[in-house]
Amino acid sequence: MSAHTGWSREEMAALAALDILDGTCVNLGIGIPELVAQHVPPGRELVFHTENGLLGVGPPPTPGDEDADLINAGKKPVTALPGAAYFHHADSFAMIRGGHIGVCVLGAMQVSATGDLANWSTGEPDAIPAVGGAMDLVAGVGRVLVLMEHTTRRGEPKLVERCTLPLTGVGVVSRVYTNLAVVDVAARGLVVRRLAPGVDIEAVRACTGAPLIDGRDGREEGP
Amino acid sequence: MIDKRCSSAHEAVACVHDGATVMIGGFGSAGSPVELIHALIDHGARGLTVISNNAGCGRVGLAALIEAGRVERVVCSFPRSADSEVFASMYRAGRVALDLVPQGTLAERIRAGGAGVPAFYTPVSVGTPLGEGKERRSFAGRECVLEHALTADFALVRAERADRYGNLVYRKTARNFGPIMCMASRVAIVQARRVVEPGEIDPEVVVTPGVFVQRVVEVRDPADESALVREGRRYP
Repeated sequence: MSAHTGWSREEMAALAALDILDGTCVNLGIGIPELVAQHVPPGRELVFHTENGLLGVGPPPTPGDEDADLINAGKKPVTALPGAAYFHHADSFAMIRGGHIGVCVLGAMQVSATGDLANWSTGEPDAIPAVGGAMDLVAGVGRVLVLMEHTTRRGEPKLVERCTLPLTGVGVVSRVYTNLAVVDVAARGLVVRRLAPGVDIEAVRACTGAPLIDGRDGREEGP
Repeated sequence: MIDKRCSSAHEAVACVHDGATVMIGGFGSAGSPVELIHALIDHGARGLTVISNNAGCGRVGLAALIEAGRVERVVCSFPRSADSEVFASMYRAGRVALDLVPQGTLAERIRAGGAGVPAFYTPVSVGTPLGEGKERRSFAGRECVLEHALTADFALVRAERADRYGNLVYRKTARNFGPIMCMASRVAIVQARRVVEPGEIDPEVVVTPGVFVQRVVEVRDPADESALVREGRRYP
């Protein structure tokens, strides 16, 4: 199955945004997760944290209004909303490690059936290793949501029995949103909560590297 | 009289010796003390260990210091970016060593160093390649690794305002590693856009109390490192 079947990245981000409760402090990873900020449902207020030192991240500035001293963790210009706060790095990671950030949304290369996450290294020997704050986020934030394509560009599963790439954290992922399905990491394995329109579960199983339990509404109890 | 002011960036960094460990503030270009780094290149100290979040962009600032062959080892969390070819080529050539540290662990190791705490336990990196070989202990059923504090001979930091006592305030996300690096270094060298009279910074808003700072130099119009990178500038 093509990686482009099913939900678009925007739709995946909107699904994740729907699952984040009013009042939550949220850290968004670089890339697709950044789209979540554009899909917060009306009537809900989320506070976005960026680990380089800002709570209350606003939308990107209008061209010409960029400020080199006001960037996000992806080093892109952002704005600060009324009520925002700046802080140094040790405080920022105290927020993360200390459990003060409710949700983080990250990209991934692989997620295992037990919620192990690999998202920082391709494991290639000549790659320049770089980790940033990913390990701190998954160790410290209570609910880790992953947004990723269901398979690699070469069609290999990214939801797997065991990660083969270097790990970011062990047993840390709560829920995965792919272009094909919403999947919970539960005590008994990977549980499908929702399928993209026109996608059937056997097709998803065929491109997943671990058993999938069909937990769509009415079929299975919660995790 | 206490007066930590220096008349130039060159005077401010003249104390940096060969083989020193130097913390360099900044997250990407935000807060990068470009003028102090360039003065350090002119000064010529070599065999340096640099502790910084990144490993430089383009061919200015920290990237230029590395390209000049002055840095033996980089301790950082994220040495890779779209324009970090200098570090990549020096690393691949075996001319600079790398200690990769998770970003929050890096920050806390620096904070601990400044706070007189020699080591601490953290759950971050357990079960990953970066946690291998570290002393482990379980607290309330949670596995943790022992991490050691980081201290430095010098820190190079950019602030927004300073006074002659070394009290500092920063600007927006340029604050990043500045406060903790000032704490963790024996000699914290700060470039500030304005050096003001004592009392002009409201004591309620001082971010770094002057006790953590040893040298202050006014750099009125600091370069925007990201602009220098975009323009393809190099130093020297």
